[in-house]
Parts: sequence; structure tokens; C-alpha cells
Amino acid sequence: MNFDAPHIDYAGISPLIALTVGLVVVLMTSVFKPLRRTAPALTMLTLAATAGLLIWRWGDEQSLIAGALRMDELAITISLIAIATAAFAVLFSIREPAVAEAGSGEYHALLLGSVLGMVMLTAADNLVTFFVALETLSIPLYILCAANLRREGSLESGLKYLIVGSLGSATLLYGMAFLYGGTGATDFEGIARGITQGGVLGDPLILVGIGMCAVGLAFKTSIAPFHQWTPDVYQGAPTPITSFMAVATKAAAFAVFLRFFDVALGDQGSEWQPALAVLAAISIVVGNLGAIGQDSLKRLLGYSGVAQAGYMLGGVVVASKSGVSALVFYLAAYLFMNLAAFAVVIARERETPWGDDIRALRGLGAERPWLAWPLTISMFALAGFPATAGFIGKLYLIEALVEGDYTWLAVFIAVGTMISLVYYLRVVAAMWMRPDSEAAAPGGEPAIAGAAPEADPIDPDAGRRLYLLAPAVLCAAATVFFGVIPQPLVDFASHAGAAIFG
Amino acid sequence: MINVLLWLPLAFGLVGLFLPRRATGWWATVGTIATLGIAIGMVAGFDTGNSGLQYTTDTTWISGLGVDYSLGIDGLNLFLVLLTAVVWIGGTAFAAFRQQERPQLFFFLMLVAETATLGSFLSQDLLLFVLFFDLMLVPFYFLFGIWGKDRRPEGGPSAPAATMKMIVYTLIGSLLMLVAAIATAIISAKGHPITFSIQALQEQGLPLGSQRWIFWFFAAAFLVKMPAFLVHGWMPDAYRAAPLPVLAVFSGVLAKVGAYGFLRVVLPLFPEATVEFQEIVLVIAVASILYGSVMAFTQTNVRLIAGYSSIAQLGFITAGIFALRADGSDGAILQMVNHGLVVAPIFVVVALLVERTGSEDIREMGGLAFRAPILAALFLIITLATLAMPGSANFIGEFYILNGLFQAKIVFAIVAISGVAMSAYYALRLYQRTMHNRKPDGLESREIGFRDAVVLAPLVLCILGLALYPQLILHRTSPTVEQTVARVTGGAAPNATLAAEGKGHEEMVSER
Repeated sequence: MNFDAPHIDYAGISPLIALTVGLVVVLMTSVFKPLRRTAPALTMLTLAATAGLLIWRWGDEQSLIAGALRMDELAITISLIAIATAAFAVLFSIREPAVAEAGSGEYHALLLGSVLGMVMLTAADNLVTFFVALETLSIPLYILCAANLRREGSLESGLKYLIVGSLGSATLLYGMAFLYGGTGATDFEGIARGITQGGVLGDPLILVGIGMCAVGLAFKTSIAPFHQWTPDVYQGAPTPITSFMAVATKAAAFAVFLRFFDVALGDQGSEWQPALAVLAAISIVVGNLGAIGQDSLKRLLGYSGVAQAGYMLGGVVVASKSGVSALVFYLAAYLFMNLAAFAVVIARERETPWGDDIRALRGLGAERPWLAWPLTISMFALAGFPATAGFIGKLYLIEALVEGDYTWLAVFIAVGTMISLVYYLRVVAAMWMRPDSEAAAPGGEPAIAGAAPEADPIDPDAGRRLYLLAPAVLCAAATVFFGVIPQPLVDFASHAGAAIFG
Repeated sequence: MINVLLWLPLAFGLVGLFLPRRATGWWATVGTIATLGIAIGMVAGFDTGNSGLQYTTDTTWISGLGVDYSLGIDGLNLFLVLLTAVVWIGGTAFAAFRQQERPQLFFFLMLVAETATLGSFLSQDLLLFVLFFDLMLVPFYFLFGIWGKDRRPEGGPSAPAATMKMIVYTLIGSLLMLVAAIATAIISAKGHPITFSIQALQEQGLPLGSQRWIFWFFAAAFLVKMPAFLVHGWMPDAYRAAPLPVLAVFSGVLAKVGAYGFLRVVLPLFPEATVEFQEIVLVIAVASILYGSVMAFTQTNVRLIAGYSSIAQLGFITAGIFALRADGSDGAILQMVNHGLVVAPIFVVVALLVERTGSEDIREMGGLAFRAPILAALFLIITLATLAMPGSANFIGEFYILNGLFQAKIVFAIVAISGVAMSAYYALRLYQRTMHNRKPDGLESREIGFRDAVVLAPLVLCILGLALYPQLILHRTSPTVEQTVARVTGGAAPNATLAAEGKGHEEMVSER
């Protein structure tokens, strides 16, 4: 058998090359002692270079390396979201105890490794790249979750994520094997051709394959009922990593979700759409109900992420241009709303002995308006109030859903949003209003072990430091800006929709 | 000009955030007065005979989603805008006379609330309307929650808890309304590029099957906001928690946004469903009248007496609209303005009573008129207007409503009339128990201060002015109302015939 080496378009994969080079360089800094402190700066440089290269490839849609990757505008938009998140995570990691423990070079190199996986994943057009990229994304994260070596919660989080994540990957891989068996192809278009001949329901091999792939992806995007790891892992992981996972992993996984279902299985829409719609509805209900009564802000944001993933899945369900655009818009909005919240949570975590407990927020409105406003805006945006990007995102999604004849799912989003008010507004109330019970006034020792004071030294000025304050204010400002003038972001997102549905 | 009207309060509010504590209240009051100035200018420049929109502005906001930034004034909202401007001055000035915790934030939120409320009255784009309708809640969430009264010592909920209840209730309606608004636009677009412009949607029309469920999604939002019977559960807790100056504007204006929504959105966009569900809504309206009245004369908390009387009054207004006759809706609009002008000063008076007695319970009040004749006189005028004394504008409003209802559905009218009698009872009871009777020991009867009189007297003057000249409102609203109602009942709009006559006239001229 003859094997022709595929043509490699180095310009097309230049973002991946930049990331890989950067990763190696950042890792090397930990070897040379005088360079150790440059790791964050080099990481930022790498991310900036990658973003620049991605923007350079904008509009130059093409298949790369014999169809393994497809660098289209969907890939580029979502990669940019992931890279922006990583950049914020680097800022959040300054003075994070986990960084010192894991070693700055290693920590940042792992972060870049995960970003590399994400950029690859958004462009994956083939089952093999899909899987390789997903593992490149996940494995560094398993380690990063456990980076805070002295905290039990962090180790537990890493181990849990490793086990559950491996289960998800295994399921996915098994499903892929079935799909290959059923269609004889690994690239998405080949699969699409292979299925068209028999239909999904006609071939149990394909049906099982698709089902298992969907389950594997649901694990990664934390869609209920495959979400149980989310709150635990979010709570235990170092908070900068949590913020990175919450936004970037979700974005990248949704990119491949879109490509897999809307391209490879696009013609069989009527057969998988109802199933995904039901998953979305379950996720909305479970996530929103789970978040009620959570005292840990990271757990709360974890459950809220499950619910938000349910809303976003709606964009996949309708398999239309406006669905893809709505999802990308929502992801971009989600970046701003979520990171504003995480910046404040991190600041309070370092300032108070309460860790990420909601009591850490008491009286923030009167004492520290510059921290309270970003978190308030973020909560209102996540709850979908007008004049925030969250409202426009919901509007976009609901419009796509109603257009695609999934009005009932739109009603689910509305109902879910109502439930979500209970916990989002609880956070706001903790900051601005008198506490409900005076008994547990601040000052005492925290009751939970996750935030053991000996693990994290308290820095009373953490919330005034520019690397936390600036991202918080910037993200909150962007949330409001894109809520009032959404057109630039709508245009950005509609490119992604055009990439798949012409 | 309409843009200035809408954004001026917000601009004043933003500046106020950076002013010293003492100045911020006055600054906010100046902002509300300036807003009133513009609103009066618009009423003066309003073309009375015109049923269409005036002072319009329309630009694309989000092109991909079909949302426009489109504002306009016609007979339906002209006086509600004016009412908003008037009542907001009262609430803001009253608060400015008193010490507030964190005043910058308080007055900022008050002015944000005014912009949001004006926005929901002015919007001519369905989605913009929904946006402002939801946005109104945000400032009130903070105003009630932060400055609200803690009722836990009496076994009630804390202010944040009461506020949360209100938000969840109101948003149940609003979020379903968002879905319904989007569905309206997409279904009626029938594959064309979608638009949320209310006028365009009205022309496109909607199939009856969709109208049925969409009608209820909108009705739910509006009925909760009013509140109407069965969905009023948030009202007692929220009214007891709210700070009184805020409650004055909340009760005076926000309840009307719900009723206005029926006229602006539901009647024009879902005419067939409106006719089909007319009787169900009338049942809810009449039940609100009866329930609100009965509750109002059994309550002893002054806030709740006013709160339940609002339910009854809003029941009247809803009944007037759903009589689906021009006079009913004319009366409804007049009555919305009247009720706003009456209930806002009632809450101001309540605040004064509470300051004098230290209690909100009418059983612990009495004899206040003894040394406070001016306060008593002002309160008496308000009370008489509340019970729709002949000669007051409220009488005319209720007369129009009942007249319309009699000709449309006589059974409902007969039941509704009992509400008029009951309103006399609870209004007089409130007045007598607080102002007359024996004065409890240790109670201080004090005359109204000059500053509070400055707040209260203009509101009372508005009531008197409107009593003398209700045509001010009726003349300007009726062309638009007639057109709106005619669309529902299927008759040709009077304006259409007028236009036809005009055309004939032109032809005649040209023949000559």
C-alpha cells in the first residue's frame, strides 16, 4: 500500500506551532533559576502570539493536514474565547499558592498544554484529532486541579476529575470505534456520507456510537445527568484553574459538539435533536435546583455552569446558523460574566478566612464597591437581566430555539432562569443587604475545612491589586457594554454560524 | 426630545453618584423636575386629534436579531409619562428631605428606576418593551432590599426575603413574556426577516392558535405586575417591606405598566384571543375588585389598606380595558392617571402618620386632625378622590369604565358596582381611624411641616386640577383608544373612515 505524506500547510497550523513552542520555552524556564519569574510573562506572550496568528488566519477557511483539522471561523472564534480565558487565568494565578507549590514553569506550561488541546479541538474535523485534542486538553487539567498540593480538597478534586474524565474519554472512544465500524470513516464528512446511506436508526452500530459520543461530550461539558463531578472538582481545584475550566473547557467542548452533531450528523437532525433537547432540559432543571442552597461560591458557580450548559446546548439542538451563532455569542458573554465573578471570588478568598464561602461577601457593597459591583453585574447577567450581555445571549438563544421549532425548550430556559434568581440574588443580597441571621456575624473562624487558614495565607489587600481588580472591572464593564451595544459581538458570533451553515 | 426625556434621569443619577452626601438628594430632585419639564413640553406640543405616534425615534439596535430602538408617544402613553414624571418628583423630594443611609446609591437607583419606567411606557418595539419591563425590577430590588423595613420582629419576612418573593413572582411573568415576544415576532414573520416593531407586528397578524398561548404568557406578566387577584401573593410582604417614598412611586406608577401593557401589546397584537378570553379576564378583574375591597376594609396596617385598595382599583382598570369598548378604555387610562395621583400621596401621608405615631396600625392611631388641620384637609381631598366622589376625576374615570362595561357585559358591571360602594367604606375608614376619633395617649398631633407640604400640595393640586378638567386627558387619549379598540372588535377604525373622507375631499378638490 502506498502512503503519501499529507501536505502540511504551516501557515494554517501556525497558531498550534506557536503554542507548542511557547509551551516548551515556558517549561524550560523552570530549569534555569534566574528565568523562573518570567514564566507568566512568557505565557502571556505565547497566548498573545497565538491570538495574533489566529486573527491572521481569519477568513481563510481551509482543511489542514489531509482533513484532520479545519481552521474555519467557528474554530477561530471559540479558540479566541479560550485564549482570552487562559490569559485571565494567568492573571488570577499571580500569587496563587498553587503556583508556588507546583512550580511556576510547570504550572504555566500545563496551562498552555491545555490551551493547545482546546485550539486543536475547536478545529478537529476527524475522530482521531478529536480524541487526541480532547486528551491534550484534559490531562494537563487533571494535574492542575491537584496543583495545590497541601490542600486535601485540591488533591481530591484532581483525582476525581481524573477518574470521571477518563470514564468520559473511554466512553467517547468506544463510541468512536462503533461509529468507525458503522461508517468506515473517521473524518466527519466521511461519517456524514456513511450514515446517509442507512440512516441512524437503521444501524444499531451507528446509533450506539452516536449515543456514546454524546455521553462522552456531555461529561466534558458537564451536562446533567453527567455533571456530578462538576461541583466537587470546581470547589477543590485552585480557583484560577476553576475559572479556566468553567469557561474555556466548556467553550472548546461545545465547539466540537457543534461540529460533530451539525456537520457529521447534520442530515439526521430529526433523529438526535429530541434526545439532546431532553438532555438540555434535564441539565437546566438539575443545575438550577442544585445551585440553590449552596454556600460555597465555587460550587454554586459549578451548578450554575451545569444550568448554563443546558441553555447553551439549545444552540446545538436546533442545528441552524442562528443556533451556532447564538451559542458562540453566549460563550463570549459567558466569558465576561463568569470571569468577573471569579475574580471577585479569588480576591475574597485571599482576603478573608472564609474561603469561597458566601459569608466572605458580607457587607462588600458598603465597604468595597469596586469588588461588589462587578460581582453584582455578573450575577444579574448570569440571571439574564436586561442591559447585560446575558440578556442578549438568552434572547439570541431563545430566538434560535423558537425559529427551530423548539419553543418548549425556550420555555424551559425561561423557567430555569426564574429558579436561578433564587441563588444568584442570594449572592447579591449577601453583598448589599443586611444578613438574614445575625448569629453568624463575620469575625469567627470559618466552619468549613476546605478553606483551612493554614493552607492559604491571608492577604488583606488582594482585592485592591490590579491583576485582580482590573479583570473584574473589565469583565463587568464588557458585560454591560455588550448588553447595551451588542452589535460587535453579534457580528463576531455570526461568522461562526456562517462557517458551518454557509 | 424623547431621547432626552428617557435618559435624563439616568444621566442625573450617574452624576449624583459622585456628589457629596448632602447634595445628592437635591440633585436627584432637580433631575426629576427637569424630566417633568420635558414631559410637560411634550404634552403641550402634542397633536390632539392625531391617533398615531408622535415624537418618534427609530434606529436599528441589533440588526441580526431584528430589534430596534424605537420610541414614540400617542394617546395611550402620553399621560402615563406625565404621571411618572409627577409622581417621581414627589417620591424623590420626600426622600431628599430625610436622612438616608448611603444616599448616593439610593438616589441613583431611584433615577434608574425612572428611566426604566419611562422606557417601558415609551417603547414601540416589543423587545425593547420587555427589556425595560424587566429592567424596572432591578432598582426596586435594591431599594426594597437595602432600605426596606425588617419585619422579622413581628413574625414577617426580612426585607431581602420579601423582595426576593416579589422578584420571583414578577419575573415568572416577565420571562415567559420574553419567550412569548420572540415567538410573536418569529411566527408572524413567516420566514421574512423578523421585526419586533409593534406596529409592524400588528399589520402582519398572528394565527389564532399561536395567539391563544401567547396571550396568556403576556397576560401573566401584566396581571402579576398589577397585581391581580390570585397572583398578588408578593404584594403584602413587599408593601410592608418597602421604604415609603419608594413605595409611593412603585404603587403609583409601576402597577400601571401592567394595565398599559394590555392596551399597548395585547389588544393590538392578539385581537382574536382578546375577544375569546375577554370573560376570563373580566372574572379575574371583578374578583380583584371584590377581593381587594374586602381585604382593604379588614386590614389594620395602613400600608396594606392602600395596597389592597390598589388591587381593587387595578381591577376596575382591567375591567375597563376588557370591556373592549372605547369608553371603557378611555376611562381606564384616565383612571390609571387618577389612581397614580391618589395612591402616591396616600403613601406620603402614611409616612407622615407613621412618623407621628410610630406605628402602622390604625388601631393605634386617631385624632390626628386635632392639631393638624392642613394635613387633615389634604388627606380628606385625597380620600374623597379615592372613593370617586362625584366631581372628582376618579368619578369620571369609574363612570366611563362602568358605562363601557354595562354596554359590553352587564353582569360584570353589576358586580363591579359593589366595588364602588366598598371603596367608599375603606377610604373613609382609613381617614376616620387616623384623623378623627379619640387620640390615644402619648400620641403627638403635629401639623404637616412646610417641606412635606411642598411635596404633598402639588400632588393634591394635580388631583383638583384633573377634577376640574378631565378633558385634558380624555381629548388626547380617545383618538388612539378608539383606533386600538376598533381593531379588536373588528369595526373599521374611525380614523380610517376619516381618512377615506379626506381622500374623497381631495378628489373633489382635484375635480374642481
